[in-house]
Amino acid sequence: MKLEGEVRIPSGCAISAAISRKGNLFTGEGMIKAMEVMHERSNGLGGGFAAYGIYPEYKDYYAFHIFYSDRNARIETESFLKERFEIVQAEVIPTHQIPEITDVPLIWRYFLSPLRSIVDREMLDEDEYTVRAVTKVNSTIDGAYVFSSGKNMGTFKAVGYPEDVGVFYKIDEIEGYSWTAHGRYPTNTPGWWGGAHPFSLLDFSVVHNGEISSYDANRRFVEMFGYRCSLQTDTEVITYILDYLVRRQGLTPEEAANVIAAPFWSTIESKDEKERKRLTYLRTMFSSLLVTGPFSIVFGFTGGLMALNDRLKLRSMVVGENKDMVYVASEEAAILSADRNAGGFRFPMGGEAVVIRVEGEV
Amino acid sequence: MAIKSVIYPEFEVVRYDRCTRCGRCIKECANGVHFFSQDKKMVLSDDTKCVDCLRCIAFCPEHAIKIVKSGCTFRDNANWRPGIVSGIIKEANTGGVLLSSMGNPEPYPVYWDKILINASQVTNPSIDPLREPMETRVFLGKKPDKIERDEDGNLVDNLPPQMELSLPVMFSAMSYGSISYNAHSALAQAAEELGIFYNTGEGGLHEDFYKYGKNTIVQVASGRFGVWRGYLEGGAAIEIKMGQGAKPGIGGHLPGAKIVGDVSRTRMIPEGTDAVSPAPHHDIYSIEDLRQLVISLKEATGYKKPVIVKVASVHNISAIASGIARSGADIIAIDGFRGGTGAAPTAIRDNVGIPVELALASVDQRLRDEGIRNNVSLVVGGSIRNASDVVKAIALGADAVYIATAALIALGCHLCRNCQSGKCCWGIATQRPDLVERLNPEEGKERLVNLLSAWKGEIKEMMGGMGINSIEALRGNRLMLRGIGLTQKELDILGITHAGE
Repeated sequence: MKLEGEVRIPSGCAISAAISRKGNLFTGEGMIKAMEVMHERSNGLGGGFAAYGIYPEYKDYYAFHIFYSDRNARIETESFLKERFEIVQAEVIPTHQIPEITDVPLIWRYFLSPLRSIVDREMLDEDEYTVRAVTKVNSTIDGAYVFSSGKNMGTFKAVGYPEDVGVFYKIDEIEGYSWTAHGRYPTNTPGWWGGAHPFSLLDFSVVHNGEISSYDANRRFVEMFGYRCSLQTDTEVITYILDYLVRRQGLTPEEAANVIAAPFWSTIESKDEKERKRLTYLRTMFSSLLVTGPFSIVFGFTGGLMALNDRLKLRSMVVGENKDMVYVASEEAAILSADRNAGGFRFPMGGEAVVIRVEGEV
Repeated sequence: MAIKSVIYPEFEVVRYDRCTRCGRCIKECANGVHFFSQDKKMVLSDDTKCVDCLRCIAFCPEHAIKIVKSGCTFRDNANWRPGIVSGIIKEANTGGVLLSSMGNPEPYPVYWDKILINASQVTNPSIDPLREPMETRVFLGKKPDKIERDEDGNLVDNLPPQMELSLPVMFSAMSYGSISYNAHSALAQAAEELGIFYNTGEGGLHEDFYKYGKNTIVQVASGRFGVWRGYLEGGAAIEIKMGQGAKPGIGGHLPGAKIVGDVSRTRMIPEGTDAVSPAPHHDIYSIEDLRQLVISLKEATGYKKPVIVKVASVHNISAIASGIARSGADIIAIDGFRGGTGAAPTAIRDNVGIPVELALASVDQRLRDEGIRNNVSLVVGGSIRNASDVVKAIALGADAVYIATAALIALGCHLCRNCQSGKCCWGIATQRPDLVERLNPEEGKERLVNLLSAWKGEIKEMMGGMGINSIEALRGNRLMLRGIGLTQKELDILGITHAGE
């Protein structure tokens, strides 16, 4: 049987997210509860969490989370990283050994600062330099996989049910101002840790429920710009699309939503002239990045998150809130499990981006 | 004693007793097959002149005629096939080059027929185009590398000129001269009604048709017939014709007999002179020269029109396309070796060039590998036969397709492949006024609109089945395709996997 990355594997899923508008830190405990109640939406073949604001003492360093299949992969990777980064800290990510989570790889965390002289020589900015290092490790070093690479954020994922993955990574002890979570129902996979979600690149993370029909059109377009869709999953390609649009093109998350879940032409024509021109421009300019087929995603970034449905709303997604907290989930029950006082539930329309930003600096 | 060779008539006219000798067939046949025998008081036929265009059959009120293959031909031989032997005889008789028309009829692989389309089951829903929006609109043209914003942070429209199509199908180039005034009129009107484009071909634009300018692509070919400032400005886009799929590497020749009246005026050459398009453009001997022509045409039209460069699909098409994509052109049109023609040397039509499916797949991938796919849109033609060919072409990576033979069939062409004779009984490939008037432009327009409306419906159904509700999400989406009965090499070139994988 082919491994993930050698063959495209569609999957169904559960997603949830929570953010404090005021930037208050909270643990992942509520996220575990939210995912637990949606147990039936996963099948034990992948779960994970992304959290923002979790490494304040190292907030200026790229935090790499890496799976290693063995010691040799780690030695090879570390020698590669040493040539390109100053390694400020290297450590094993603490975990609970529990029977539900098996076949555990070596899981390491590094705080890295790019070596200025090499960044300058290659005429790149630090983000692009770091992205290339991640791509290099993931595509060339056998047995090594960088699954998180942003600043002051981190992704934690594994093969298993999401609530067990949460316990495994002790996320009830981790504090962040924004969280996303994912439980996976792949339709065919031997189960590989790197294939679990969230998928992240730098500080961008994506959790996704759906199966997009535009996959290969999107993949073949973003691969023109140096991205390599090595996992062949929707989440991976959506992350690259958002990275391309937001980081490299400089669109806002809202504008990126107008590209990937573009309004129908008939809707665009009903807008006033300025808006019509803006939407027509975005749809024409980035037509290969329109995403069709069912999806609900939460896109996490430093200082905020965006929830978005496909333009026909073919996947469930609900938003609720309580004081400064805003929640997003596949099901209302998940939000209530995380916060029984949450209310104000609403169901964003297909293609309607819900963007929550933390007030002030994070 | 003279050498006497026999080429028995290929077709035989069978006439049933119910023939009432009304003479309709005699009137309809421009080839002079049917005639009335005063001696026998009946209609007879000269089978040697029959081209199997089926005009007489369509109009015989008694259904008293049928055309059959005569079957009387050379002794079976898998190597010296009848067409080859009769070709030798004709050349030995005359010393002339054999001419043919319409597309390559030889039994080369048709890759469209070896590609299957996907549909959604369970894990994602198919979409019903009768109940949900299903979008087929496309914009052709270059897309810039970066967005721009004004000082207030608003997005600036920095897109070069684009062509907007209501569905990704356009009528391919057919010159006025090679086809009739009425055929052009039907194509122009249909393009306008459908919200797509037709293409003048290389024979200039008749003064009556400037009013369809916003749905017109004006062509500039090596003969530069009918090219003037008003012509370049009169269309929505300009196409430089570098080659034609039916006859890559050679030019064109419209005999002086067809350069009459309006054809002469539209082409801007004297009546009765042969219109010879040179094989190359004599100002383009290399890619840098092409760039100069592209830029010259843009300068002449104020950078307001997209420039299309049309090339025949030949062996190194992807390198050629890569050069064109860097030439300043906005759109590349690739014409496959099964594309039609009004006349071409048979040897060339049947042996030169490659299938457009392979050319498209390799060009699209090459431009992506070089990161320049956004520099140009890709249009393919020769031959796109139906809606499923369109869907497959888009999924392989085309932005849109060109159709010509299919459009002519809608106008009444029955593919007898004798356009070069100028005696088209259906009023399409002829300049004889009595034949031209057989094609009613309004009726022709209706049939073209019907054809593409039907295709649009089929395209939407197929897209909906795949769970795709906008055509841009199908473009280059090769995962939606599987090969059937293809070798690994063919699959690799097409960039698809085999059915079952």
